[in-house]
Amino acid sequence: MKQVFPFTALVGQDQMKRAILLAAVDPGIGGVLVMGDRGTGKSTAVRALAALLPKIRVVEGCPVNSARPRDVPDWVEITDAQMVSRLTPVVDLPLGVSEDRVTGALDIERALVQGEQAFQPGLLARANRGFLYIDEVNLLEDHLVDLLLDVAQSGENVVEREGLSIRHPARFVLVGSGNPEEGELRPQLLDRFGLMVDVTSPTDIETRVEVVRRRAAFDADPSGFLRRWRTEETRQRKAITAARKALSRIETPDAILEDCAALCIALGSDGLRGELTLLRTARALAALEGANVIAREHLIEIAPMALQHRLRRDPMDEAGSAARVTRALSELFGPLAAAAE
Amino acid sequence: MNPVWQRACRAAAVLALDPVGLGGLWLRARPSPARDAFLARLAPLDPARIHPDISDAALFGGPDLVATLQAGRVVHRAGVAERARLLQLTMAERATPGLAARLAGLIDRQDLEVLAVDEGADAEEQPPRALTSRLGLFVALDGLALADLQATSPDLEDARGRLDQMALPDDIDRTLAEIALMLGVTSPAAALRTRAALRCLAALDGEAGPAQIEEAASLTLAHLAGPPMDVPEAPHEPETSEAQDEEPAQRGEAMVERVVEATRVVLPPDLMTALQLGRTRRHAGKGEGAKLRQMGGRGRPLPARPGHPDGGRIDVIATLRAAAPWQTIRHRSMGARDQRRVIVLPEDIRLARSEISAERLVIFAVDASGSAAIARMAEAKGAVEALLSGAYAARDSVALIGFRGTEAELIVPPTRSLTRARRCLCGLPGGGATPLATGLEAARALAGQSERRGATPVIVLLTDGRANMALDGTADRGRAAEDATRSATALAGDARQVIVVDTAIRPNRRLKELANQAGGRYLPLPRADVGALPEALRA
Repeated sequence: MKQVFPFTALVGQDQMKRAILLAAVDPGIGGVLVMGDRGTGKSTAVRALAALLPKIRVVEGCPVNSARPRDVPDWVEITDAQMVSRLTPVVDLPLGVSEDRVTGALDIERALVQGEQAFQPGLLARANRGFLYIDEVNLLEDHLVDLLLDVAQSGENVVEREGLSIRHPARFVLVGSGNPEEGELRPQLLDRFGLMVDVTSPTDIETRVEVVRRRAAFDADPSGFLRRWRTEETRQRKAITAARKALSRIETPDAILEDCAALCIALGSDGLRGELTLLRTARALAALEGANVIAREHLIEIAPMALQHRLRRDPMDEAGSAARVTRALSELFGPLAAAAE
Repeated sequence: MNPVWQRACRAAAVLALDPVGLGGLWLRARPSPARDAFLARLAPLDPARIHPDISDAALFGGPDLVATLQAGRVVHRAGVAERARLLQLTMAERATPGLAARLAGLIDRQDLEVLAVDEGADAEEQPPRALTSRLGLFVALDGLALADLQATSPDLEDARGRLDQMALPDDIDRTLAEIALMLGVTSPAAALRTRAALRCLAALDGEAGPAQIEEAASLTLAHLAGPPMDVPEAPHEPETSEAQDEEPAQRGEAMVERVVEATRVVLPPDLMTALQLGRTRRHAGKGEGAKLRQMGGRGRPLPARPGHPDGGRIDVIATLRAAAPWQTIRHRSMGARDQRRVIVLPEDIRLARSEISAERLVIFAVDASGSAAIARMAEAKGAVEALLSGAYAARDSVALIGFRGTEAELIVPPTRSLTRARRCLCGLPGGGATPLATGLEAARALAGQSERRGATPVIVLLTDGRANMALDGTADRGRAAEDATRSATALAGDARQVIVVDTAIRPNRRLKELANQAGGRYLPLPRADVGALPEALRA
């Protein structure tokens, strides 16, 4: 396997890294969209996830990574259900992939040779219980994006061909990235991502020098570099595992619920989805930071990434949506928000 | 030796030494002996040629249907991306954003490198930025004579042996970061490619001195340069004494500046401007429209999609291909007696699609003259943004032409990106006379261009209508009005959809006439209501 640059060694881009980690702690947050300049480590961060995240227990040979032998779909032929540990799947969905390869289709070879109907699982099956990554999501064909978001939401992939009806679980965290200059994403798609972060190239010399240094060090000696970062990776992995366990115990004070509502009203963001995401993400952050109760600080920290893509676009506002969220935060909660910036 | 050719040869050597580190090369040159000579130098890398219309199956591979049916087992035909290490993309200026993104993904994963051969005729015609920003090297071959093409071949084997041992100066990362920032290159990935190029040059020359740094920067950063940025002052370290500290720092600074200067002159100035403004065409496909129209379709054909027969034109071949593999099963399950009969089920139906049929280009021609210019530009800006943000589902793209004084300027080239439009719209100039006819002609030309590319243009003219500058640049009210009338009639002749928006406080009768002459609609909007414009366009 190709060695990949470790997640924790990425310089800067804290918002992006935090959003991805929060989605890893609570997949229910519902996907991360990363928009911004090229060469800022978007792809590197996602591809580093497999190595970072805790391993999962799966039934050996199960194409949908089932956690228990009884979860294995009936179309899968498995003789003895052995459990094995493996890396969290992080599946890359390349542009130009056919719909059949995404959803899975009838096995063409067996249809031809034996005249049999057998299902050949696709990328959605492989991504079950893991991550599905689409680079340049804004250039993906619309019908595929629709399909992916549908499956991501329902958690189930249904394929009907040749009188055969196949279902299998497809629960994954969708991570999309793109460059807004190449075309924007439809607003309907935007708010189906749980979190959205903007990434920009670092402009201060120190950060940029550090980016290049680390990358050059990695390219020169990948194994040595990975060894040096192993402690940090392990620490982060443990934090994720602990946060996942703690998630259900985190308390949500009424005051936080009121804050969520007040914030969404102040921003005029539609629907309950914003409020729910706000709450779930704040809870995941509290868990990741080892807190027992969601505090307002948690809410303030994640509000921009949870809400910025749910606002009605204001054509006269130059500042961008994230800045509007921050503005609303300081109006509502006072100087506290400014301190968190 | 001619410096252009020398630079090209060095770029070829660098690419040969470390293709993975550089990602590829952007060659901007029309067909010429110089280009042939350059490509011949890269021939040892064994590039596989691809063209901008390459299908995903050809690129990524897939089952070969004919061979599969013959053999009775799946025969996989390898895609060119699986077979080759270096792809030579011919006529790269015609590459679509989709192809660019696919190639960019392959480069990012270090699966292969791309040699983009760009024959762009003018500055705005160039390959998509998603691709060029991943190509480490840029070579333009202009003004070369046959005599210039002397070949000196560096000893690549020798250099390759030295590649891993070359020590780069300690502070090289800082120096390169400063150079990149001053050139307005923001991507950290670019800095890594400059570093890779420097290593190659050092291995070729046996040293990594200022000359090599300068060359590495000019080879890898020229085509990425943006508007210059301010480099923040380096923090002073208190423990070193001032006297010792100053001299090398100054020398370093001088070098950075010289390198920046040297890099900036590499690009043809018009290309540089186009790059800096990000004004590249989304699809530059001259002649393509005409070619496709002969086939009875408009726009680039896309892979057929499953669909209901009611939904459009059936792609018979794709439908048969979809049905073919299932014939054994179907004959068995349906008990068909005649094995030669092809059983096609509704789920096999594939519909033909083409890319641009639904795209509409809204061209705003905005009067930027006189005292009301600033307000009107702000309104137009609002309208552009409202249209782009509100009408995404309608798949509109937008362009904006401003006219004032004696000329019209394409301020926002056709785009669907709100981000890009917003960037182009900041800092619009205003004031001066009203060259109404010039503005209309510019809009007309753009409309013609976009139609050839398969879009349906709509022209929206925003003005208060007092034309006082004739087409030839003389300030003559009478002739200016005549010219405007002629342009309007020409628009009607082209059967363009035109909307004339009157932004004057009191409706202007002459503008209403102009709208009639252009065969368009007249819309008095004294305070051009941002919300009303997209409404009007929908009607």
